[in-house]
Amino acid sequence: MAEMKVYFDNNATTPLHPEVKKEMIAAMEMFGNPSSMHSYGREAKANVEDSRRKVAEFIGAGEQEIVFVGSGSEANNTVLSLFICSTSQCIPGTRMRSTIITTKIEHPCVLETSECLAHRGVKVKYLDVDRYGKIDLDQLAGMLGDDVGLVSVMMANNEIGTVQDIEAISALVHQSGALMHTDAVQAVGKLPVDVCKLGVDFLTISGHKIYGPKGVGALYVRQGTPYCPFIRGGHQEKGRRAGTENTLGILGLGKAVEMRALEMQGEEARLLDLKRALKRGIEERIDDIVFNGHPTDTLAGTLNVSFSGVEGEAVLLYLDLAGIAVSTGSACASGSLDPSHVLMATGVDAERAHGSIRFSLGRESTIAQVEYVLDVLPPTIQRIRNMSTAYIKGEVHA
Amino acid sequence: MLKAGEWAYSDTLKEHFMNPKNILQGENTDAFDGVGMEGNLQCGDQMMVVIKVDKDKELITDCQWKTYGCASAIASTSILSEMVKGKTLEEAFNVTPKDVAKELGGLPDNKIHCSVLGDKALRAAINNFYTRNGMTDKVKQEQAKIVCQCMNVTDHDIEEAILEGARTYLELQERTKLGTVCGQCKDEAESLLEKFKHIHFGV
Repeated sequence: MAEMKVYFDNNATTPLHPEVKKEMIAAMEMFGNPSSMHSYGREAKANVEDSRRKVAEFIGAGEQEIVFVGSGSEANNTVLSLFICSTSQCIPGTRMRSTIITTKIEHPCVLETSECLAHRGVKVKYLDVDRYGKIDLDQLAGMLGDDVGLVSVMMANNEIGTVQDIEAISALVHQSGALMHTDAVQAVGKLPVDVCKLGVDFLTISGHKIYGPKGVGALYVRQGTPYCPFIRGGHQEKGRRAGTENTLGILGLGKAVEMRALEMQGEEARLLDLKRALKRGIEERIDDIVFNGHPTDTLAGTLNVSFSGVEGEAVLLYLDLAGIAVSTGSACASGSLDPSHVLMATGVDAERAHGSIRFSLGRESTIAQVEYVLDVLPPTIQRIRNMSTAYIKGEVHA
Repeated sequence: MLKAGEWAYSDTLKEHFMNPKNILQGENTDAFDGVGMEGNLQCGDQMMVVIKVDKDKELITDCQWKTYGCASAIASTSILSEMVKGKTLEEAFNVTPKDVAKELGGLPDNKIHCSVLGDKALRAAINNFYTRNGMTDKVKQEQAKIVCQCMNVTDHDIEEAILEGARTYLELQERTKLGTVCGQCKDEAESLLEKFKHIHFGV
């Protein structure tokens, strides 16, 4: 078969949307500092504010509620780090509310920041997830109390795609008087996101997951919510994020959001069809597999599957040689020796996590690409199983 | 620096990954004179090495393998199986992970761990041959020696921790908890740290 290039790793990052690229190239010579009063500065400022309006509109927020930051990770660090600053200006009454609740399947930028905060005296509690990656509202209700200041739950998981019921979680959190944050990096641009409907106080957006540029993100901060800048020392972003604005990045993010608004609605059904075709093909052509994540409450383009008896990095690299780009939850691909913390939290054993492959489809994915993957994948898995000590046909290490 | 389109691995490694040599076909090992198995599935790597031996000359005439492992494990065992054919049992027993890594044209530091199972399994196969043939006096146990009596940490644990990334005494302590009670083993642990860093990473 003729080799194709297939990029099924859109949850890791996405290619620039052609319209975003066009707009960024056209603006490449816009160099003014948005803080300057002259025409150069005003031009840059106008573009930044135009993007702010687009981002705000896209998630149902007010313009003044959007803070541009350097990445989704920075936005998440900013929210959690409110707790380091325990003065009453930042979080009123925080001395009474010194506990954070989050989940075991968050992105490392939330988990590692939480660990760091725990060393600084903040109490951190971690919600479990079920076998599909869903948190349990009863467990959350049991953890909430006068001591809890913030709850951070990701809207859609990057590895398995599972989507949480943020609306219900927010309602519960607010009853207890805590603030609610959601890392919506994987959800924005894929699912409808309206901050009022969700009822969140903070929400994280990243540019490069939605066909925008890298190095730019946005944090929604509900009007009137306690806040403390993570990067201090400047009046930019109304004093909420110091540092001269990444004007070109912000412009790209604004355009990316604008394109998502136009394209995302029809795209979800199309991606779901492609994923179903991929899933069905894998089921039909490969034995001893298990799909990870929630069967229905999941991102349309994300499919996570474990192949018994194979190690994920070997699969990833053999597929790469055939022009196919995917991800794995295997330890060997991560540089550490631990397999995916997300899969482990869903209760699967380490072998199943080591043998997991994530396919994440995006706006450029086609049915021809799915068919090509379905041609290449079965012999690849068979080949690895033939040399595997771990594969005994019919035995799924569930 | 990595150029666009270039692998993080050497060409030799890539070649052995794409076309691994001497893979054991099927499950049956009856035709072989020694069988060794190391690692476990939970850690994400397991290795089986089988050998045929010319009993008079104590020469390895064939070496085959199977693995549940990543690209580095596949490639390093493939090349190891080529390296030891024609070697005496004695010579083969002394092949080190560093020899294998060198033959592969180098391995990234975080991948050294993945390559050590092959020669461990080979040594297990050689010992298995000795045992089967009543040559138990030749069996060389890789005896673990307790370094930290308080926390029961062996030299094998220390080697493992170094392969997993520990480079300083503090990092070694973080991973193994050695020397966290009486601290008497510090000197010995530090010299082992230097030794294994030298063996595996040439530093």
